[in-house]
Amino acid sequence: MNLTSLVEPDRVHKTVYTDPAIFESEIEKIWEKIWVYCGHESQVPAPGDYHAVTIGRQPMIMVRQPGGTVDVLYNRCPHRGVQLVGNLKGNTGNTFVCSYHAWSFHLDGSVRAIPLAKGYEGTRMTKENPDCNVRRAARVDSYRGFVFASLAPEGPSLKDFLGEARVAFDDMCDRSPVGEVEVVPICHRVVQHSNWKFFMENQLDALHPSVTHQSTGIAAGRVEKRLKAERGAAPLYYHYLSAFASSFELWDSVQTINFPRGHGILKAYMGLRPQDPDTLEYEALLKQAYGEQKTEEYLSRSIHHVLVYPYLSVQSPLQQLRCLRPLSPDKTLSEIWHFRLKGAPEAIYRRSLWYYNLVNSPATMINADDLENWTKGQWGLMSNGGDWVSFHRYAGDDRVENGVTYSNHGTSEAVMRNQFRAWTEYLAA
Amino acid sequence: MSNPTKAIPTAGPSFEHLLAQDVVIEGTPGTARTGAQAIDPQHSPVSPLSRSAGAARTLPKPGLIVDVALQREVEQLLYLQAEILDGKHWQAFIDLFADDGVYWMPVTPEQTEWEGSPSIFAEDKLMMEIRKGRVSHPNAWSQAPMWETNHVVSHVAIESTTGGAIQVRSRFHMMELRRDDVRHFGGSYRHALVRDATGALRIRLQRVDLFNGQAPFDYVLQIWV
Repeated sequence: MNLTSLVEPDRVHKTVYTDPAIFESEIEKIWEKIWVYCGHESQVPAPGDYHAVTIGRQPMIMVRQPGGTVDVLYNRCPHRGVQLVGNLKGNTGNTFVCSYHAWSFHLDGSVRAIPLAKGYEGTRMTKENPDCNVRRAARVDSYRGFVFASLAPEGPSLKDFLGEARVAFDDMCDRSPVGEVEVVPICHRVVQHSNWKFFMENQLDALHPSVTHQSTGIAAGRVEKRLKAERGAAPLYYHYLSAFASSFELWDSVQTINFPRGHGILKAYMGLRPQDPDTLEYEALLKQAYGEQKTEEYLSRSIHHVLVYPYLSVQSPLQQLRCLRPLSPDKTLSEIWHFRLKGAPEAIYRRSLWYYNLVNSPATMINADDLENWTKGQWGLMSNGGDWVSFHRYAGDDRVENGVTYSNHGTSEAVMRNQFRAWTEYLAA
Repeated sequence: MSNPTKAIPTAGPSFEHLLAQDVVIEGTPGTARTGAQAIDPQHSPVSPLSRSAGAARTLPKPGLIVDVALQREVEQLLYLQAEILDGKHWQAFIDLFADDGVYWMPVTPEQTEWEGSPSIFAEDKLMMEIRKGRVSHPNAWSQAPMWETNHVVSHVAIESTTGGAIQVRSRFHMMELRRDDVRHFGGSYRHALVRDATGALRIRLQRVDLFNGQAPFDYVLQIWV
């Protein structure tokens, strides 16, 4: 594969979104090597609690150990290859038992019992052989409760992989007076009929909202305005929707910060610090926990989304994240989670819940139009009407310091240019 | 297993010789342990649903045999609502709700409150107005492809008429055409109905439980189901 013929600094060839061979390469060189998000520790609170997760093409199990750690195993019985758990989540007790021939395994994957073991005497499949254990992910690590696994024994540490994008998890957890979040045990799953890159590009694309989401923004703005006139104020969640229809000029003033490895930040624009009694009570709790200065630092972080390239979009101020699992060149599963700030008032959770329901649920009034764009985008790229996808907007205008690209315009396509720099590095490796 | 004399027959000169011998595995006595539990009695993985879904799966109570007129009035309201949705009469749909009415689609059957936990829809009349405004806007891009629905409502049972509201449960099927594809949804409705000043039935709460609400959504839902 000649990468230089596919990716130029300001445009990419359409086949990077459509070619099955390129997709295979991505799975092999990106997903099955890098640190992939498995879930939050609070998804598996008790020993034996498990959650099935896919890393690249690999069906895996995230499982809580009796000693309290979280491990990630291949969901595969070493005997005949049958998956050990057939459900998305549950509790397996103190053992995994294969439903085919009752081989059983400790929660760390080591073999516990082989039925009628006499039949294996003299063969190489006896308990002492490590091939009789369920294979574990090469590396498992977590950051502030968020669990990641890498299927490659070598490579950067989780901390290095996340780099500056660590702020996604810091920002989420620091907003809790005890510095922790816990998962809300519901996961929305939505299948996108488009290459995973559409989603990643779209997340920091500040040029699209007022076009794509105009209908919702205007409809919400109308009700918001009426409420303000009638009652003097409107709940914040109307603004979640109306803000999408902000002017081009406003979007252009929202900066993106683009890090190595394709990670990036879209800075805040919604204004999530109203001074209502709930917020004041919450801010007082934070000040008690962290002091005035730290609290101010935490609450004034200007973040809308943080992207952990190539699969995670974290909306840390509202404690939600979307995780991509690529299925094929033109099909991507997104898993959408919400978290509670431990120790924060219920009202703060409910306020962020509105965003989860209105924007991130399967009845979203926002992503309905994004998904339509990406589907048509995927189809458009099958066309011979052109070969290139343009990322020329404000090319050459961005400020680069120490490997970090700061856009001078919110609508700069610096985001996509930066993502494809990372993509090329991964595929060239 | 229970009879050690039933050994595999001795091999002979040809496989026909083996086929000629009759071996029958007799049913094991009920006391003998078998399957995974024969290896270890603890070999019984816990089903994730057995812990959580139990509460929601209470035995349904038969509908009340109330006066025929009320039963028919309720049924006609539900049928009308289905036809209003299929006809895309969004304002008429909103008007079916009481002023404090709520349309709610939880994610799981265990949820009991429309606020405070993730929902697929959780909309009061103001939010419904926004949804209506969105799909009616000329630049609602996702509305451009051919899009139709067809609802069928059935199993209408009045559960109670006390406590200020008429509680009704029913079942629905909804087929949706979008662009060139048909999707199929099903589930149950629970309507809490009240009478307005004119005596007409209005919806105070409509709870919609999709039976496939926790499965991956292929695309999303744009309008009420």
